Amino acid sequence: MINPPASFRWLRRIVLLVLAVFTLTPVAVMLSSSLKPLQDVQGPWRWMPSHLTFRPYVDIWKTVPLAKYFTNSLIVAGSATGLSVLIALLAGYAVSRYRFRGKKIFTITVLSTQMFPGILFLLPLFLIFVNIGNSTGIALYGSRGGLILTYLTFSLPFSIWMLAGYLDSIPRDLDEAAAVDGCGPIRTLVQIIVPAALPGIIAVAVYAFMTAWGEVLFASVMTNDQTRTLAVGLQGYATQTDVYWNQVMAASLVVSLPVVAGFLLLQRYLVAGLTAGAVK
Amino acid sequence: MPEKVIDRQAVGKEAAPQGAAPARRRFREKFGRGALPYLLLLPALLAELLIHLVPMVTGIVMAFKQLTQFFIRDWSSAPWSGLDNFKVALEFNAPVGKALLHSFWVTCMFTVLSVGLSWLIGVTASVFTQDAFRGRGLLRAAFMLPYALPVFAAVITWSFMFQRDTGLINHVLHDQLHLTSDKPFWLIGDNSFWALLTVSVWKSWPFAFLTLTAGLQNIPRELYEAAALDGAGVWQQIRRITLPSLRPVNLVLVLVLFLWTFNDFNTPFVLFGKSAPQAADLISIHIYQSSFITWNFGQGSAMSVLLLLFLLLVTAVYLFATNRRRGDAE
Repeated sequence: MINPPASFRWLRRIVLLVLAVFTLTPVAVMLSSSLKPLQDVQGPWRWMPSHLTFRPYVDIWKTVPLAKYFTNSLIVAGSATGLSVLIALLAGYAVSRYRFRGKKIFTITVLSTQMFPGILFLLPLFLIFVNIGNSTGIALYGSRGGLILTYLTFSLPFSIWMLAGYLDSIPRDLDEAAAVDGCGPIRTLVQIIVPAALPGIIAVAVYAFMTAWGEVLFASVMTNDQTRTLAVGLQGYATQTDVYWNQVMAASLVVSLPVVAGFLLLQRYLVAGLTAGAVK
Repeated sequence: MPEKVIDRQAVGKEAAPQGAAPARRRFREKFGRGALPYLLLLPALLAELLIHLVPMVTGIVMAFKQLTQFFIRDWSSAPWSGLDNFKVALEFNAPVGKALLHSFWVTCMFTVLSVGLSWLIGVTASVFTQDAFRGRGLLRAAFMLPYALPVFAAVITWSFMFQRDTGLINHVLHDQLHLTSDKPFWLIGDNSFWALLTVSVWKSWPFAFLTLTAGLQNIPRELYEAAALDGAGVWQQIRRITLPSLRPVNLVLVLVLFLWTFNDFNTPFVLFGKSAPQAADLISIHIYQSSFITWNFGQGSAMSVLLLLFLLLVTAVYLFATNRRRGDAE
């Protein structure tokens, strides 16, 4: 804006302040309640703890097997991210650097799977996993492998789209120079393209990890006691007769830390990548 | 036959050095093998086939079967039932169809309000943070927090805030502002719709903000300067320059927000647990419940197929309408 009058500037301040309060209140609730003793969260709401305690952060690991859920989530989200980035990189490279028959159909099909309701896949996928297990003995239902496979396809469409867009912005002179030096396509990809596309790859990895870390629907159906992830496990504090809200808040904060820290550190890349498609 | 994009671009460059021609030919020979792009796509194709396309086709087949709990272990042996599942779902006078229709209307209302509010807040916040000021970076990071937080952790915090006796919302509304005569319930009964809407907007608007902020960066500053010289005030600058420039971004953004919100499962599932109250019975939750509580997967699949058809129809109409309007404008 050029020359905003004082009234505009005041309106802007007030609106932004209200929005900041709306956005940050749950975070403040999380932080303050996680430092409260149990009786503070059982009575009427209070903004500050009656006395500061770090007990909830100790107790969360005992009330439910949080460490196990944490490990499961790390394994599932980590593997899904690694595989998703690798597969998306190969596909994105093909879409960005080659012209081939069926390219448009491929892109449209992959992107349109994004719009289908998860509930549509859930029932058949559940049955397919159960039936594969019964006929071949490969336990996909209830296993981490089944969940990894599912999650990697959730982030795949958007990742391919983002990476293809990012690779388009890398000058093709680089490929050409590598070819002159005698590099094959795969060596060009590994040695030339990957280093140049690192910001895009990081963005896709953050996105894939966030997607897998936060998914609830499939996790609630496809896991058992041994493979339960945080998304389902966190409700363990809430379903018992007494709800330990201070522990729920402490656990929420702890499980949010890895993704929020990653997001804030790498948001510049992610924001650029996420929005590239929509703005283009 | 595959053909490198590079070649077309390199040919277009007049200034390409003479010595590059043989290198380019060798380049084409090396890269031009027909199968390579398909090999590169193969892993992605296999994953999409296994997790998306095969289950989707299976789901459509299941919708025509009488797939009850007795056939879960070997679903192909379930008897065909023709259109029975669809008839039951669309029989709006019978309990199943009536509940589905109710859930559909709730979802429509919820989606329109949530997408509208998320867009409105997103556009306001992005316009107001367009000019640099001290602390803008920090504010933007704060605005993006709801997008970064895992859904289950954020929504469980909201469910704590909405507790009748121990929550923050009732404390502020009743104890501090005295707006209500009694502490209302938020997570059961009619109020649950507004609780769900609040959480949904809180969770969705940062994505609108993020996308619109990126869109604003493409507007050249000279446009505003020229408008200011011509005597346009701030509101006119916003109406005449900012909003029209955001049109292409809005087209995609509104569609994406619509699909996400209409299909949302995570928010109501974490907020209300397995049984959502009537007033907030979103369609995904409704189908999930009718499938996993009664174990009638055929019925659930038929409802999913109806949902898919509805979404396809809306998307097609939306794309058609926006394309035509864009065509008229040109």
